[in-house]
Amino acid sequence: MEEKVIICKNLTKKFGDFVAVDNISFEVNKGEIFGFLGANGAGKTTAMRMLCGLSFPTSGEAAVAGFNVYRQQQMIKRNIGYMSQKFSLYEDLTVLENIRFYGGVYGVPGEIIKSRSIELVEKLGLQQEAGKKTGGLPLGWKQKLAFSVAIFHQPKIVFLDEPTGGVDPVTRRQFWDMIYEAAASGITVFVTTHYMDEAEYCNRITIMVDGRIEALDTPRQLKAQFGANSIEDVFYQLARGAKRSAD
Amino acid sequence: MKQLLVFIRKEFYHVFRDRRTLLIMFGIPIAQILLFGFALTSDVKNAEIIIADHAQDINTGQITAKIKASTYFLVKEANINTNDIEAAFKKGGLKCVVIFPSRFGADLLHNGKAQVQIIADGSDPNTAKTLTNYLTAIITDYQLQISAATALPYSIVPETRMLYNENANGSLNFVPGVLALVLMIVCTALTSVAVVREKESGTMEILLVSPFKPVMVLIAKAIPFLALSIAIFTLILLLSVYVLDVPIKGSISLLYIESILFIITCLSLGLLISNTTNSQQTALLLSMMGMMMPTLIFTGFMFPLENMPRIFQVISNIVPARWYFLIVKAVMLKGLGFEYVWKETLVLAGMTAVLLAIALKNFKTRLS
Amino acid sequence: MKAVTLKNITKTYDKGKVLAVDDVTLQIDRGELFGLIGPDGAGKTSVFRILTTVLLADKGSASVDGFDVVKDYQSIRRRIGYMPGKFSLYQDLTVKENLGFFATLFGTTIEENYALIKDIYEQIEPFKNRRAGKLSGGMKQKLALCCALIHKPEVLFLDEPTTGVDAVSRREFWEMLKRLKQQGITILVSTPYMDEAVLCERIALMQNGKIMSVNTPQHIIATYPVPLYAVKSGNIYKLLNDLRKSELVESSFAFGEYLHVTLKNNDAAGAGNLRNHIAAQGHTNIEVSVMAPTIEDSFIRLTNKKQGSFAQA
Repeated sequence: MEEKVIICKNLTKKFGDFVAVDNISFEVNKGEIFGFLGANGAGKTTAMRMLCGLSFPTSGEAAVAGFNVYRQQQMIKRNIGYMSQKFSLYEDLTVLENIRFYGGVYGVPGEIIKSRSIELVEKLGLQQEAGKKTGGLPLGWKQKLAFSVAIFHQPKIVFLDEPTGGVDPVTRRQFWDMIYEAAASGITVFVTTHYMDEAEYCNRITIMVDGRIEALDTPRQLKAQFGANSIEDVFYQLARGAKRSAD
Repeated sequence: MKQLLVFIRKEFYHVFRDRRTLLIMFGIPIAQILLFGFALTSDVKNAEIIIADHAQDINTGQITAKIKASTYFLVKEANINTNDIEAAFKKGGLKCVVIFPSRFGADLLHNGKAQVQIIADGSDPNTAKTLTNYLTAIITDYQLQISAATALPYSIVPETRMLYNENANGSLNFVPGVLALVLMIVCTALTSVAVVREKESGTMEILLVSPFKPVMVLIAKAIPFLALSIAIFTLILLLSVYVLDVPIKGSISLLYIESILFIITCLSLGLLISNTTNSQQTALLLSMMGMMMPTLIFTGFMFPLENMPRIFQVISNIVPARWYFLIVKAVMLKGLGFEYVWKETLVLAGMTAVLLAIALKNFKTRLS
Repeated sequence: MKAVTLKNITKTYDKGKVLAVDDVTLQIDRGELFGLIGPDGAGKTSVFRILTTVLLADKGSASVDGFDVVKDYQSIRRRIGYMPGKFSLYQDLTVKENLGFFATLFGTTIEENYALIKDIYEQIEPFKNRRAGKLSGGMKQKLALCCALIHKPEVLFLDEPTTGVDAVSRREFWEMLKRLKQQGITILVSTPYMDEAVLCERIALMQNGKIMSVNTPQHIIATYPVPLYAVKSGNIYKLLNDLRKSELVESSFAFGEYLHVTLKNNDAAGAGNLRNHIAAQGHTNIEVSVMAPTIEDSFIRLTNKKQGSFAQA
């Protein structure tokens, strides 16, 4: 039996009368790339916040990296990495300063930060830019750097919130190469995206509609199940009927 | 024309739907007036004063006792030398010095007339004025008392002097000062923010692309703030007359006309700022720091201009609020007519014309 | 007369340090649905701003509906509809107030051109008294389109209208565009989503300020120069690394479930050789088949050609 790094059971989050996340249950295996899709307002962000230990569920149970989302939020935060399209790096800090800062925040020992940041800069081919402010880097490089920083402390799980928005296709491929590599090294990847073709990179995907999970399987199985050519078609079939579309 | 009206209506929607802006616009004047009004003119208690009694006679003893009996003062007796007074003030804490000349009692007895010198720290004009008023009142009271007892017309002349700020301006100055300050904040800061907000939200691009004349965008933005500023001006006047008992001695219509001129100056400044920045934060910082600080420092309502180094006095001439401050003081507090303020008005009008011209000229019909 | 022309347009920022648009020449016909496809930073927005007359080019000339973007900018401004990328409407005004405001601004009324926006407006009409800030992404986008259309423009400029919008709303949006096209409006739309390219009649692929290719999406796909193989095995990450090291392989990129692979030798035996090669590496569940390229494949190939290499990422 495979190791489960995220176990989610009847997880619900209500804001007053509004049920943002409605009784969702799923499990994510170690080293899996798990895609999390949904229309705007389907409840993706709320679900992700609960799993990251940023907000308490209203009811239900969930364990992330073996820690309880109600009682061990601090431990969860120590064992996950997070990256989003909107917030990634400090643009007025240099590449190295960003790496050191995040390494420090996650309590990576100074010696390791030093050696690992040199390795990282080499791996990304950023030797020339290491001392430059990240604000001036092309978007694709920023996103790759941001991802590397998010997994710098070698977390058990990394949460990626629309990591590739607006990035050019070549860089997008390179970005996914990095995701594959992280997954191969045992890091579980939990990713949301608006690019439906990206969903097909994932080992398994779930599609959320109106706070509920309407589908969860491998891309291939889902396409077969819905008689669709692409995940986009599957998504369209499911999400078209969505009642709510508030952000 | 219809476009302009619709635009102006939209601006009012923005203002009335943004609680924060409304709070700034109407909260600041009220807070400022009350703050300055009550904090600066509140009663003085236990002010440290020195009584230098060079006469040491019955009369000076009786006056000193009267002063000591008052809760306003914390009296120290010392034979302070005239030359040491300034040093004593500089040490801090000391608010006022009362000096009886050595022949005080003798003069009063033989000539029926004596002098007493009161020196106050004029750098805090409100306190200084209050203290000298109290002291003068105590001395006058004593004079009446001895005159009544002997039926002879004794006269004690308190000679009051302000150290650092001879004219002791300041007691009523904060009303014109707050007027200048608040109009500056509302017109300059809020106008610039309102324009820059359109840039941030991307709507400015649409406005530019529309057939609506770009300059009309500025005018449409400015008009609601002009109207609101007049409302705020009225609010401040009402507060100062009915809450602080500061009377309006001059012509109210002249006051309004001058204020509208100053409001237009501020609006032009706001538009000028909005032309040069692209983010609301920068616009706000620029208006607050670039405009408020000079207004506070160089109008002379917080710190007397007369005591500033020459260079600052020269700089103060280019601060529009300074001229407005002079006008309001003359019209509102002294009751003077237009014939006394036409020079200041002309300066202000000239500044407005220049600022407005630069603002309109610099307003880009394109993005960069 | 062309609806839009650009001739040798160049635009730099920061006193020439940043080259945003690099010598772009382009013509768009009347009534065309034209797509400008490229990632962030490709120069799409600069081109849009130059055409909508809010930005001046450093070099070159451009016209919209026959008018010069510099000399006749006021005439152009009356004839175009524009939805900027970051356009967020007035969040504190209601749907109806926003629409009414833009109608008046362009010297018209909602009623006058209602027929044009009817289809779209009916979808947001139930929320007409709601403030724009409280609408969902898809709704906002529909409202913004209504605002851009209300004065019945000749040419419609939509700068990344579908960025950050979910797949369902995106598809609906493109259906709206198709219907608008039938009304004879020329539409110039930009997008970073390569899969949207096939929804346009003609597209320009843009990267680093340059246009790499202009044609119909079908033509661009058809002229992909070499056979493209979709390859898969039980361990996709190992497969990717193995293929990149392989002598046979020219390029290899992950595309969802499959790897898209081109070979150095494009003879008939290609697929067979590739399969044998992969099998020799110890892979299981191998699939190799020739596939039709996508616009994204073309884009990647063009990007790499421009950079003078087929370096494997």
